[in-house]
Amino acid sequence: MELVNEEIETVTKLPQFRLDAIGRPEVAAAEKEKIRVEKFSFWYGKTKALDSITSRVYEHRITAYIGPSGCGKSTFLRCLNRMNDLIPHTRWEGKIFLEEEEISRPKPDFTVLRRKVGMVFQKSNPFPKSIFENVAFGLRIAGESNMEKLSASVEESLKQAALWEEVKNKLERSALALSGGQQQRLCIARALAVHPEVLLLDEPCSQLDPISTAKIEELLLDLKSRYTIVLVTHNMQQAARVSDYTGFFLLGQLVEFDDTRKLFTNPSDKRTEDYITGRFG
Amino acid sequence: MKDKLFVGLSAAAMLVILAMLAVILGNIFWFGKDMLSWEFISAKPTMGMTEGGIFPAIFGTVALVFLMTIAVMPAGVLTAIYLEEYARADSKMVKIVQQAVANLAGVPSIVFGLFGLGFFVNFVGRGVDGFFFGGELYYGQPAIIWAAATLALLTLPVVIVTTSEALRAVPREIKEGGLALGATRLQNLRRIIVPSALPGILTGVILAVSRGAGEVAPIMFTGAAYFLPYLPTKPNDQFMELGYHVYVMATQSPDVEATKPILYSTVFVLLALTFLLNLLAIYLRARLRKRFAEGR
Repeated sequence: MELVNEEIETVTKLPQFRLDAIGRPEVAAAEKEKIRVEKFSFWYGKTKALDSITSRVYEHRITAYIGPSGCGKSTFLRCLNRMNDLIPHTRWEGKIFLEEEEISRPKPDFTVLRRKVGMVFQKSNPFPKSIFENVAFGLRIAGESNMEKLSASVEESLKQAALWEEVKNKLERSALALSGGQQQRLCIARALAVHPEVLLLDEPCSQLDPISTAKIEELLLDLKSRYTIVLVTHNMQQAARVSDYTGFFLLGQLVEFDDTRKLFTNPSDKRTEDYITGRFG
Repeated sequence: MKDKLFVGLSAAAMLVILAMLAVILGNIFWFGKDMLSWEFISAKPTMGMTEGGIFPAIFGTVALVFLMTIAVMPAGVLTAIYLEEYARADSKMVKIVQQAVANLAGVPSIVFGLFGLGFFVNFVGRGVDGFFFGGELYYGQPAIIWAAATLALLTLPVVIVTTSEALRAVPREIKEGGLALGATRLQNLRRIIVPSALPGILTGVILAVSRGAGEVAPIMFTGAAYFLPYLPTKPNDQFMELGYHVYVMATQSPDVEATKPILYSTVFVLLALTFLLNLLAIYLRARLRKRFAEGR
């Protein structure tokens, strides 16, 4: 009896000692850390939404976080550019760093931070303005009013977002007249226009058809060479298709974080395996 | 069967309302139409208000409503912006202010009139006179500026409530979108939230104008005059106003019978004017909406 109990204990302790992407020396040597998350916990009021998350986002890589609805992956993403500060009665412990700068410090300069860490939302949210003004918005609020510079930047951003060919003759038209997929790419262009270092995407394709989704996935792979991308999705195929690293969230915990191929083919944790093989969630 | 009965009842209720409106409007137009003429709209009252026109009252009403709008818009819109965008929704202060606004909306208009007399005319006006004019009487008397201020107070709840609703109707995604691009809260307000809510805010203006243009009680002690030989040109002038003019003709005229046709026509003009002011605001709102839809 005694022996069996001991074995069970060893098994439940296993995840803490496993060698994930963070702990593997060869990965750490090959990659440059862009975002470092250390034992980060987050509360909405008295509800604990994130439980001691430790993770890495590597430069010029796509890092995907997957998990069922309500697992905390979106909360986690919104901690990376401090969007959660809009919600009253939140608190956190632990630290998040963007290179050397601590994102999680009490009063960061939100403007500077959010320009470095851009965000694309689940529901495409173009402003009720023209296509041009949507993309130019970030620069305009930063004080740029030179039309030549704005035009050049709008064109560049729309090209990067693979939308230029479709909209170049109607830049003055309302952004609201675009299709859902185009609107989402417009939002990506808008985020790129301020030259962020990191681009956060919160389930960017969950409301799009497969063709629009494919376009955005292709786009993300293109953008990888210039930006560091963090993608939250509950579409596991999407994570497997585009990402280099994947983290699996469950009930506010980061159950597993590893090289995408490793996580999907040979997960270390039973819960990850259950999730990716469709046994729940 | 029960369903049909209910449909019949609700339709009947609607018809009664429509019929009442038709009777009122028809009656006013029928008895007022004989007096309506360009002269009636453009001339001063003569012969103890039994003859002549009502131009000073039309002018006074438009000027009053205009001044009231200038006063109520910033106060109301800024209050709503604070309540919706800056204050925390669960704070005690917000609840108290919201309750105060609701109570303000329920205060009878005559009370506003008395308050205006006591506060604006006697307290603020006299204070201004004492401070700037060495106690000589300039502002310490009923005047268009005090009447407009009193009306602004009366219409404040309408503007606050409609503006709050308009701000609340701006989707959260859009508000967050601006902030996520590095906008400060003020930039987000000025460039995203307020422009998106502007059509709704204009609805508040429309309602305030409709309400303000028809009120008599708040202005009778604070600035409206029985009869004036001149038009108001300075903020401390008194003024004639259509609603008050109707009241005066109906109760204070030396010959009430003789003023009757003028009375009807004046009411008709008042209704038409309110309607026109509304149309103007609705037109502005429609243009704004179109501009947003086209994205300019």
